[in-house]
Amino acid sequence: MAYEPVLTRYVREPNSFTLEHYLQHQRGYEGLRTALGRAPGDIIEQVKASGLRGRGGAGFPTGLKWQFVLKDTPKPKYICCNADESEPGTFKDHVLMERNPHLLIEGCAIACYAIGAKVAYIYIRGEFYHVQQVLEAEIAKAYAAGYLGKNIFGSGFDCDVFVHRGAGAYEAGEETALIESLEGKRAQPRLKPPFPAVAGLYQCPTAVNNVETLCNVPPIVLNGAEWFAALGPEKNGGPKLYCVSGHVKRPGVYEATMHTTLRELIYDERFAGGMLDERPLKAIIPGGSSVPLLLPDELDTPASFDHVQKAGSLLGSAGMIVLNDTVCMVWLAQNLLHFYRHESCGKCTPCREGGDWLYKLLQRVESGEGREKDIDLLYGVASNITGKTLCAFGDAAATPVLTTIARFRAEFEAHVREGRCTIPAEWRARQPMLAGHH
Amino acid sequence: MSFHPHMEYAPARFHKSERVLADDGETFAYTPERQQAFDEVVTRYPADRRKSAVLFALYLVQQQQGYVSGASMRFVASQIGCSTADVEDVATYYTMFYRHPVGTYVLNVCRTLSCALLGAERVVEQISAALGIKPGETDPSGMFTLIEVECLGACDRAPVVMVNDDWHERLAPEQVPAFLDGLRTRGAAALTGCHLHVEEK
Ligand SMILES: Cc1cc2nc3c(=O)[nH]c(=O)nc-3n(C[C@H](O)[C@H](O)[C@H](O)COP(=O)(O)O)c2cc1C
Ligand code: FES
Repeated sequence: MAYEPVLTRYVREPNSFTLEHYLQHQRGYEGLRTALGRAPGDIIEQVKASGLRGRGGAGFPTGLKWQFVLKDTPKPKYICCNADESEPGTFKDHVLMERNPHLLIEGCAIACYAIGAKVAYIYIRGEFYHVQQVLEAEIAKAYAAGYLGKNIFGSGFDCDVFVHRGAGAYEAGEETALIESLEGKRAQPRLKPPFPAVAGLYQCPTAVNNVETLCNVPPIVLNGAEWFAALGPEKNGGPKLYCVSGHVKRPGVYEATMHTTLRELIYDERFAGGMLDERPLKAIIPGGSSVPLLLPDELDTPASFDHVQKAGSLLGSAGMIVLNDTVCMVWLAQNLLHFYRHESCGKCTPCREGGDWLYKLLQRVESGEGREKDIDLLYGVASNITGKTLCAFGDAAATPVLTTIARFRAEFEAHVREGRCTIPAEWRARQPMLAGHH
Repeated sequence: MSFHPHMEYAPARFHKSERVLADDGETFAYTPERQQAFDEVVTRYPADRRKSAVLFALYLVQQQQGYVSGASMRFVASQIGCSTADVEDVATYYTMFYRHPVGTYVLNVCRTLSCALLGAERVVEQISAALGIKPGETDPSGMFTLIEVECLGACDRAPVVMVNDDWHERLAPEQVPAFLDGLRTRGAAALTGCHLHVEEK
């Protein structure tokens, strides 16, 4: 039986973002009403039973995260919705917020109720200003209709949802850096522990959840934990959004269950519809730029957290970047290290200095000036970043180097041997120094 | 200890800070509407956490005068009730705040992987060539500033350009001259906007 999307079923309809549409077609705010009739602990138990895992990158069980939020404290508690969506190759939260904002608003309210918070801040990246305007207008409608604000549904539960605009920093997506940024500081990570569940926003107990994660909460409350779990492989239940970009015919956001294989996502007519210009597939980055490459012989892997991990990569944010045979892997590593070098928050030395070093080495190899020993040096520098930083950024920055050398070492060697890029593509800059050298 | 004005201490013996100060600019205060917007937004945070509103306060400054000046940072500090250094710390970290005047249209071209795979590097080259500027510069007419940015979160519509707060998507390198002409003659109306609403309808 064909899968019927849950989160994005209506997103291509002209009025899918309105409150009326949400109430009419998606049983809007019934999940919140149901939740408020039950004990907060019940909601947490239900989310735990559903097996919902965080959609922001780490795949951590959401119910557990909520359970860890400190209960016995006079301090206020907070939900921070992570709408920073900056992992290269990821653009799913964008669609949810712009085209189905009430699902997120309802998810925020239920999450607040579950952990005992009264305020949720949606931290949205500064570049999504057009999305923010939709979201804020719809939040105002939710307030006017009594789904937010004081004494919701006469239950005595108060809940505010505010949108907080970031200002251009990938690192603000890391949960403790997000909290720092919300507090009006530089987006730099904190030393953990204490975890946000104990001392997060304003040193109060806090749960940080991704947009897509929170959007899954109302359907769980409405349809039950069993329904959710049964949608996918064991421990990988529920609907999942996949972002397919790069060299495919129809890049886009596709909703499916985690039974769906990488091959289907790339070639099936229901999804990306095949390779652009029918060129051969060279490799795929399955979970945003921070995860290892997979090769064509791994295409039959189901795109679930556990299966992709078993195949040697990570599902991460489900940002699938598809690469054809015109992509030079040294260039690719250089492109991504430009990103990581630029976005490093500068707090930890291995990441700040190591990222810059890696970029310079890659630039040297890509331009044909590299030496044989640069390849081992690249590997060595990258290996010395992993595991030595406060947050996972360091590992993320090292990964493109480690994975391209591990899988495509011959390309690095050819660059050194021939003193030039051996796979120049017409879609790349004619003058390599102009792009990315400043 | 005191330094004698004729003592040659500074250049040789002391580390010279590389800190680049913002243009000080004109004396700054919000327009009444912006002041009201600030006063409203600051109430979204606990009363002793006004600093949370600093990004919003800086956006208001940028809306009003196009960039964040030294004088405006002092103003924001007084509004928030923190030190100027605190504001400067934030304003110099986040890439969306400009500390010098920029062109009427800031062309933020995404250069990250998915966009690059579909020609973003060439888009940058074409814009550079057409305007005679490098990334980071403003053209002599003062109309365009070119900036390379990292993934904008719309990789399915690559290559993407953010123009001020608006978007232009699927900009092929060959379309660059028409794109620039469109902005010159029709302004923001020439942009595609965010495709989500219309695609595949
Ligand atoms: C460098 C870095 C960037 C991140 N960026 C994002 C992001 O943009 N959006 C997001 O939801 N999570 C991001 N994360 C993951 C968050 O730290 C956190 O795990 C997530 O928001 C938790 O929500 P979840 O449990 O619902 O997935 C990032 C992590 C790191 C280390
Ligand atoms: S790579 Fe350009 S929008 Fe993501």
